[in-house]
Order: sequence, then C-alpha cells, then structure tokens
Amino acid sequence: MEDALVEVDTVTKRFDDKGPPALDAISAQIAAGRITGLVGPDGAGKTTLIRLITGLLVPSEGTISALGFDTKTQAQSIHAAVGYMPQRFGLYEDLSVQENLTLYAKLRGLPPAERASVFERLLRFTDLARFTDRLAGRLSGGMKQKLGLACALIQTPKLLLLDEPSVGVDPISRRELWQMVKELTGEGIGVVWSTAYLDEAERCDAVILLNEGKLLFQGPPEDMTSRIAGRVDRVVDIAGRRRQVLTKALAVDGVIDGVIQGRAVRVVYRKDETAAARDRVDEMVKANEPKASVVPAEPRFEDAFIDALGGGPGGRSELAEKTTDISGKANGEAVIVANGLTKRFGDFTAAQGVTFTIPRGEIFGLLGPNGAGKSTSFKMLCGLLTPTSGDGTVAGFDLRRAAAEARNRLGYMAQKFSLYGDLSVGQNLEFFAGVYGLPRKRKRERIETMIDTFDLARFLGTNAKDLPLGFKQRLALACAVMHEPEALFLDEPTSGVDPITRREFWTHINGLVERGVAVLVTTHFMDEAEYCDRIALIYRSRTIATGSPDALKARVAGPSMPDPSLEDAFIKLVEDSEMDQEAAA
Amino acid sequence: MSMPGARFGALLVKESIQIVRDPSSILIALVLPLILLFLFGYGVSLDANVVRIGLVVEQAEGPAEDLAAAFQASRYFEVEVASDIRALEDDLVAGNIRGIVVIPATFDRDFGSADGQAAFQVIADGSEPNTANFVQNYASGVWNTWLAQQTANGEGQAPVIALAPRFWFNPELASRYFLVPGSMAIVMTLIGTLLTALVVAREWERGTMEAMMATPVGILELLLGKLIPYFVLALGSMALCTVLAVTLFGVPMRGSVPALLAISMAFLLPALGQGLLISAATKNQFVASQAALLSGFLPAFLLSGFIFEIDSMPTVIQWITVIVPARYLIASLQTVFLAGDIWALFLPNIGAMLLIGLVFFVLAARSTKKRLD
Repeated sequence: MEDALVEVDTVTKRFDDKGPPALDAISAQIAAGRITGLVGPDGAGKTTLIRLITGLLVPSEGTISALGFDTKTQAQSIHAAVGYMPQRFGLYEDLSVQENLTLYAKLRGLPPAERASVFERLLRFTDLARFTDRLAGRLSGGMKQKLGLACALIQTPKLLLLDEPSVGVDPISRRELWQMVKELTGEGIGVVWSTAYLDEAERCDAVILLNEGKLLFQGPPEDMTSRIAGRVDRVVDIAGRRRQVLTKALAVDGVIDGVIQGRAVRVVYRKDETAAARDRVDEMVKANEPKASVVPAEPRFEDAFIDALGGGPGGRSELAEKTTDISGKANGEAVIVANGLTKRFGDFTAAQGVTFTIPRGEIFGLLGPNGAGKSTSFKMLCGLLTPTSGDGTVAGFDLRRAAAEARNRLGYMAQKFSLYGDLSVGQNLEFFAGVYGLPRKRKRERIETMIDTFDLARFLGTNAKDLPLGFKQRLALACAVMHEPEALFLDEPTSGVDPITRREFWTHINGLVERGVAVLVTTHFMDEAEYCDRIALIYRSRTIATGSPDALKARVAGPSMPDPSLEDAFIKLVEDSEMDQEAAA
Repeated sequence: MSMPGARFGALLVKESIQIVRDPSSILIALVLPLILLFLFGYGVSLDANVVRIGLVVEQAEGPAEDLAAAFQASRYFEVEVASDIRALEDDLVAGNIRGIVVIPATFDRDFGSADGQAAFQVIADGSEPNTANFVQNYASGVWNTWLAQQTANGEGQAPVIALAPRFWFNPELASRYFLVPGSMAIVMTLIGTLLTALVVAREWERGTMEAMMATPVGILELLLGKLIPYFVLALGSMALCTVLAVTLFGVPMRGSVPALLAISMAFLLPALGQGLLISAATKNQFVASQAALLSGFLPAFLLSGFIFEIDSMPTVIQWITVIVPARYLIASLQTVFLAGDIWALFLPNIGAMLLIGLVFFVLAARSTKKRLD
C-alpha cells in the first residue's frame, strides 16, 4: 500500500523469555484518511502494538516505520506528529478542562497566537465549551474521553492513536465520539481505534484482528464477514425455552457456533457442510418447536471471528448437569426482589427507586453506562451496601434483617478478578468452599466437580494470578457457584474476555438457569444483554425502561428504524427519557 | 519549531497547580512539619527531669547520713527512704521507683579508713535502659559533688582529679535543641523522597506519564519539571520549620542563613534523586510509598544520629550510615543551629550529600527512559 502511514514488518514483542510473546510476527499497514480498527479481546496485544507504533516500546524483532520514521531510532520525530490517547485518557485530574488543553498546547509547541482559535474549535467540536472550568477528574467518562481526544488533537496530527476509547463510555457518547473521529478521517488523518467490542469492528474502514498476540485477519471488515456469508441462520418464533433450543442446536453436527439473541437463537454452520447442517437444524427445530422456523441471517463480524478460531465451544454444561435441579420447586416464585431500592451518598443519588423481581430460572440484566448506578443497585441486593430506602429479598431473606442468610444463598462474581492471586487454584477452591461452610464430604464432592467441569486439574498448584485469562474466568465462576446458590450475581462477568471464553461462560450460566437458578447480571456489552430474559435500562441512577430485549427493540422500531439494535433502542430510550425530564422540569 | 522554554514553563505551572490542589502534598509539606515539630519540641524529651528512687540508709550516722541528705537534696531525685532494702523491692518491681541507692552499714567505717575504699550500691531498673542510665549518672553526680564538698570542708580525702563537667553548645542539655533540627531532616526526607516518589508513581498509575511521553517533551524536561517544584516546596517547608524552631521552641540559631540554605539544598539532591529512583523502579504508588518509608524515612530516623548516636552503634551499622544522606544533614543542621558556621564541618558533609545525590540521579536517569519497557 503506497499511502500507508504505518508499516509494521514482522514484529515480535516479548516481555519475558518464558511464555508466548505478546505479539507474534505481526505485519500490518495503517492507511491515511481511514479508521483502522485494532480489534481483539484483552491480552490480544492491542495496547502493545499501539505503544510499539508510538515508539514507547521497541520491538524484540522486526521493524515498524510510522510516518516514515523508524520507531526505534526516530521516536522523537514520531512524537511530534502523532496524537495518542492512552487507555486512561492521559488527563491531569487536578487540572481543569482549560488547564489541560493549555498544558498540551504548550507541550506540543502550539504558537500562542493560534491557541485561542484552536481551543475554540476543539471545544466546539467536543461540546465541552460549557465545562472549561471543571476539573477533569469531575467529568463523566464520556466527557473525559472527549477531552482526551481534544488534547490529542491540539496540533492536528497525521496519525491519531486511540487505545480503547469506548471503554467506560455510555452508548450515546460512544456514538458521538465515533462521529467526531469519522470527521477527522475526512481531513486525511489516519486513525487507529482499538477495541474489544466486535460490533465496533464492523464500522471500521479496515480491521487488524488480533488474538493472543497473533494476527487473525487484516483488511476491510466486509471481507471478514463475507467469508461466512450464507452460513448464518436464526431460529425465530420459539415458543418454549430458547436455551434448550440453543443447547440442542449446538449438539447438531455441522453447527460451529450458536448464541441467544433476544427471543431467537443464532447458529453458524461449518464451511462446506452448510446445506446438510441446515437441514439437520431444521429437523431438530421441527421436532422440538413446531411453530419455530429457521431463517437466514446477516453475518456478523463476531461470527466470522469465531469461525476463524475454529468454532465455539459445545452447548453442554457439565456444571449444570451436576447441579441440583430446583426449577420444579415452586416455579415462578421470585428469588430476587428489589423494591424501591435507593442509595444516596451525601447529596448524590447513586440509585433511585430500583424495582424489579426475578423469578426462578430467569436471567435479568442491568444495562447501562459506567456510573449510571448498576453496580450500586447490584451491591445493595448482595447485601454489600445498605439501601438508604426501599427493601429487597434474596431467596426469601430480607436484606436488611437477614443479610448473612441471604448472602449464603447467593453466588457473587465481581467485575474485577477478585480471587486470591497469591493462593493456588486448589487453595482458592478450598477457601471458598470453607467460607460457605460446606460440610466436609460435600466440600470434597463440590471441589471435585469444579475441577472436572472446568478442567482445572493441571492448574491446581498454579497461583491464581498466573492463570491464563480464560481460566481465571472459569475459576471465578467455580468459586461463585461452589455452594449451589439459588441466586447468582454477575457483575460485568465477561468484559474483555475473548468470545470463545464468553460463550463457554454463558453455556454454564444458561445451564444453571435451566436448573432453576435466578441470575442478575450487569453489563455494558449490548450483545451480552441479548442473553437476558428481561433487562432494565439504568441511566443517571434511574431505571428508564424494563422489558425483554425484543420488547425494548420493538418499542423504538419505526419507519426510520425498521430493525433497531439493542444499542439503537438504548440511545432512543435515553433520549426520550431526557425529553420527558426536560418537559417535566 | 516548538519553544523548549514554553514547554518547560508549562510543566512547572502544571506541577505547581497540582501541588496547590492536592491536599496530600499540603499535608506533607505544611501540616506534617508542624506535627513533627510539636511532637519533638514538646512531647518527646530525652531528658529525665526527676527520677523517683529508693534510698536505703542502713545506719543513719555521720558521713552516711550526710550523703543521704545530699541525695534527698538533689533536684534530680525524688527519694523514698527506708532502712532495709526489702521495704523497697516491691516498689521497684512495680515500677513505682526506678532505682535504689544502698548506703551500707559499713560506709562510715570505710569512709574514715586509710585506703578510702568507701562504697555504696546503685541498683537501677534495667527494663528502661535510658532511665537506668540517668539513675546511674545522676547518682555518681551526687556522689562527686558530695565528695568535693567533704574535701572542701577538710573532711575525708581529696579526689585525685576533680571533675567539673561543662557542656558546650547545649549547656542545658535540652534534648529538643537537637531533636528539632533533627526533625527538620525528617521533614525534608518526607518531602524529597516520599512525596516525590508518590507523585511520579501517580503519573505512571494514571497513565499521564504515558501520554506525556508521546508528546515532544524530553525526558529531562519531564523530570526536572517534576523536581523543581518539589525542591522549592521542600525549601519553603524548611523555612517554616526554622522560623518555628527559633521563635516557638527557642532553639538558638548560631549559624547563618546562607549556610542553612546551602546545607538544605545539598541534601535535597540525594532526597529527590532517591524519590525519583524509587518511582521509576516501582511505577506504583503503594510500592513506592513502602520503598520510600523503608529506604528513606526509617534510615533518616534511625541511622542518621537523629535519635541514636552514630558513635555508639555497632561498627557494621556505622559503615551503613555512611550512605544515609540524612546523617550529613543532621550533623550539619545541629551545628548550624547550636554551634555556628563551621565550614570545616559543613563542606565535607555537603560534599558527601552531593556525591550520594549524584549516584541516585545517575541510577534514576538510567532507569527512566522515554520508553515503557
């Protein structure tokens, strides 16, 4: 490519001698005037590649040239001409918006005469003009991101490197940010946008797809998705339990991947076997769900990603099979009840009047941007925070009066890896079984079950912090379900993990739900929300809408948006709620 | 082309705004010195003013009675008298008294005898070695004074050498006179090492260091922009301490302000260099604070001569103190406050501090590159 801004030539990066390299013989180009998506799960090597391009890291092998300069020897020249926004924005939180801009303007040597006009343009562009005196630390996630972008754009760069700009940003800000970046490409700037969200990949002009340090694909995203054209179907109009349909579909020969998508089930067929596999799925559906039908679906980037990795995991959950079935026990009884839960910290209301009930065998999702109040509501129901007003029960126990009993009936998986990193896998299992007070014999049984189902035997002596990411995830789930809880609380359970691990995780959750466990999950992954039976949209500490994913989508569907995504629905509902608020005010 | 001057100025302004807005730097630079000065100025004293002891006079006659009276008259002792040691043993065990002086029944006879080997016994409570020392020293003081009086009165024999102690520089032997300058050294260590290590580590943690590195700013500008404001802050804190020490605690200032300034500035080089090295090596606020406490604060406290005299430390430990920059600062500060401008002492100390500082800076510069690996 002649107009390549960045040329990465068989670059390998090792941080230590043992273990696989962080990047393994990567060759890639980044073009001017386009958004290049650097896509992959956590640990894929996205940040490492961006730092290599800026010259902040040097390759162990291979060379990179950025803007015609060698990153190893001419890093200073690169720094003068690139805009870089690291993952944590690179803003000084004690400085105001204006002070941050001025600092970067001086550091980048913007002549004083030009400052006023540049600031004005950037503040207008980012819509931050009203907040120039506010400290950067007091801005919302989306506003911080915009300010970070503005600081990176002070001296219009030739190359703009954005490391996970959409993390911690609500869908509306995310869309605005994307729009802003899109505008920049019109001026000929080359943009690198790194992300773990596969749906963002589809919108990029070009994609560099990384997984575990290896390059899986490079090129326009359509080229990737077209590889699986005609191999994706949806099973729609399922009257009964769609999770069972998914499990059965995944058991069909020739089906390499399947996920729940609202009321439907999405299936992907193996190459060269599509026709036969489709017939088998059709047969299976007819036998189980006479009213349902199999219809072709638009392929997505994620489907192609799974295909490139050789297919997803199967649909059987050994964990669920070894879990006591409580689905028959008083069916329909509410396991988790939230009734007007409100939490105030000083004058700040973190959650207001959160109300919902989750019956046995249902997944309920709290969906919303960071800081909206999801985690606060969640923590009140786990008994970790005492509500200012309102009440809640878990498995019949009142959170205010019997929090300890309630906690014994629930399993909790925290957002961050919250096991003891310095304890081995075996010691962690042992510890959690002890914490839940399992009797000796039962403890042995359950630990054995966990080791078998999650394939942990070979890691028993390994310290938890040294586990591969996917196994950390498995261990965290194992510890959370050790005592067969009736209610399972999952706080952003799969953010950043690769799609295979995520599918495996949801297979277990789906299996447990079929056995009667009630699940409350928080997420900002829109496609993860599709797994839920019902979701509550939380925005600025209030619940703005509750319903099944399909119902929420249907609420906003109209002539302008015939087939809205959940993200479209979210944005529309937030806009509507803001209009209502303004009207009320 | 960009202007390095403007760039550097921007970094200084940024850092200064942060210092002013960050409560923790104000706390360490202004409030902590106050607390330390008050603590060492008023709270902690290494002088034992009055010690309670027991006095056993087995035969209250003649010289023995006279000596007993001298003990009772001493302003350092509050005396409980008994004729049998058994009456006082329980008090000693209970800690009501800190020692027992026994004037035996044989004292009179021996005192008058030709060989002059009159003896009395001092028992001190060894569970508090500091106080035990005082008991012993004060007791021998009383004895010497009494002996001198006896000689003057023509009774008993003249001692071979008459000891007349006179303390220079700190005639009252008030411990706060050397504790207050010492605590200034602690404050300087905290600002120079702990605060610097924390703020640089914070930039790594928050990702701002990474963002800075991807701008045209040079690594030297980045580090100097960080150090100069803290250099000024530490000197300001030093000035505050000096004013308080002189006005509030009456510590004499016998040396000159330029000498004090030269000593302080020389010390800040190793202190800041150490902070920088720690933050460059750890890049994490928690580890940085631990490392700064262990390698900066504790040696400054324990191995600098602040509390424990270096000369009375085991030889190996004395060698270690050679690389503790605070020892040179404390010696110089005590001199500048209590003795005056003695450049023959200052110059080697300043030289040692600059040398240690240079080593730290070379190490820090080698471990801080404009790179992340």
